[in-house]
Amino acid sequence: MSASLNLHGVGLTYPTRNGAIQALQGIDLQIEAGEFVAVLGPSGCGKSTLLKLAAGLLPSTEGTLSLGDERITRPSRRAGVVFQKPNLLPWKTVLDNVLLPATTLQLPIEPARQRAQSLLELVGLAGFAKNYPYELSGGMQQRVGIARMLLPDPDVLLMDEPFAALDALSREALTLELQRIWSTQKKSVLFITHSIPEAVFLADRILVMSPRPGRIIEDYRPGLPRPRTLETLNDADFTAACHHLRRHFTHAQAI
Amino acid sequence: MLKRFDITAFVYPLISLAVLVFIWHMSIEIFAIPDYLLPPPSAVFSSLYHGLVSGELWPHIGTTLSETLVGYVIGCGLAVLAGALLAESRTFERFLYPLLIGLQAMPKVALGPIILVWFGFGMASKVVLVALVCFFPLFVNTVNGIKRTDPELLDACRAFSASRLYLLLHVKLPSASGEIFSGLQIGVALALIGAVVGEFLSAQEGLGYLIASASVSMSLATMFSGVLLLAAIGLTGSMIMRAVHRRVVFWEARTEKGGR
Repeated sequence: MSASLNLHGVGLTYPTRNGAIQALQGIDLQIEAGEFVAVLGPSGCGKSTLLKLAAGLLPSTEGTLSLGDERITRPSRRAGVVFQKPNLLPWKTVLDNVLLPATTLQLPIEPARQRAQSLLELVGLAGFAKNYPYELSGGMQQRVGIARMLLPDPDVLLMDEPFAALDALSREALTLELQRIWSTQKKSVLFITHSIPEAVFLADRILVMSPRPGRIIEDYRPGLPRPRTLETLNDADFTAACHHLRRHFTHAQAI
Repeated sequence: MLKRFDITAFVYPLISLAVLVFIWHMSIEIFAIPDYLLPPPSAVFSSLYHGLVSGELWPHIGTTLSETLVGYVIGCGLAVLAGALLAESRTFERFLYPLLIGLQAMPKVALGPIILVWFGFGMASKVVLVALVCFFPLFVNTVNGIKRTDPELLDACRAFSASRLYLLLHVKLPSASGEIFSGLQIGVALALIGAVVGEFLSAQEGLGYLIASASVSMSLATMFSGVLLLAAIGLTGSMIMRAVHRRVVFWEARTEKGGR
């Protein structure tokens, strides 16, 4: 299943000692069902905040957010989330970590267990179900996080710089893998990143955000054919798309 | 993990101990310290040996052990419970936390005579004193441990609609377990202090009572036996706690590198 994610005039202002700070302003964005959208922006532009709003972890102060025809007011089974850190529970095995949403959402346990096994296969960790997170590399931990996100079969995937903490090689491998997983599951994706090549490689559409207050300043469709491979990285269209996006970040507040 | 049983870890301190006992022995010879001030190690060991063999010491050991254990379990249980409740409730935190922190600075054993009046001269008063003494450090550690739970880890679980109870039992308490166990560890030593002080004040039995009553007859060898036994109980207790800590919080030492 897949559903559209809609944001209308979303803003967030929060009070501080030195007066109110506007983190996000007038965000309008529609992600169609099955569409992969990357949000690209420098650090501190509020893109992580945007993801927390979409996940229902934080209430917006202006505007409305909806998932399909449901208003987003709190975390929902229909949205799966991964963050930059894998955020696994270190005292639970890999399998139990993947099963966490089944416990918290009270899904029937037997089907969930089978699904967890097949998801671990999907992310290439079939043999690690009984291992503990500390026995896994950072990249493997993040794969567990992806399997956990997919367990309740969400309609939309919210990913906050999921590969930013990984080394370059794991990052490349996981980027390819995410494309493969996405092509089998066809979920809507909101993918936050500060890497231009990562955004161009993965997304159908790239939204560029400006720093404080965070606003969307460009909605860009590079239109590269799929599936994209490592060869794509040397493609003239790919390079041109990266170059096009780079314009936004050549000033002092560059990435 | 691989060096689970390192024999040198036991041998080296034992060598130091032997040297200390030797110095103790020699200084009595050299400075001609009279018996009633410091008995030679041989006299202490023979008093200890005879006390154990004749069975004279066992009731004292049993009494102190049971007071300490019962008080420890009650005090620590209440501390974790109260800590978890307090860390979860804003009002509770605002009204009670500063008060409890203030109470922590007060030496709890000073309440000993009052507790004796309230709970009598038997075992109950010692249990209460022990519980009181080990409550505070564990309580504060529990609150701090829960509050220090990684907020992003909590958010990640909340994103999957985790309930407050789930977060407390399956995320916050396990997160805090490292600090809870250091509180439990401190508690072992404090619990013994509580029991001994209680017995000093008034008792019919127990190692504290033994030491206090031997003081009247200036029988230093008996007093030293009592002290040695208390040291052995404390050491055993904290070694057991350390082993349990490593077993229960098995991920603690190994999680740092992974980048949880």
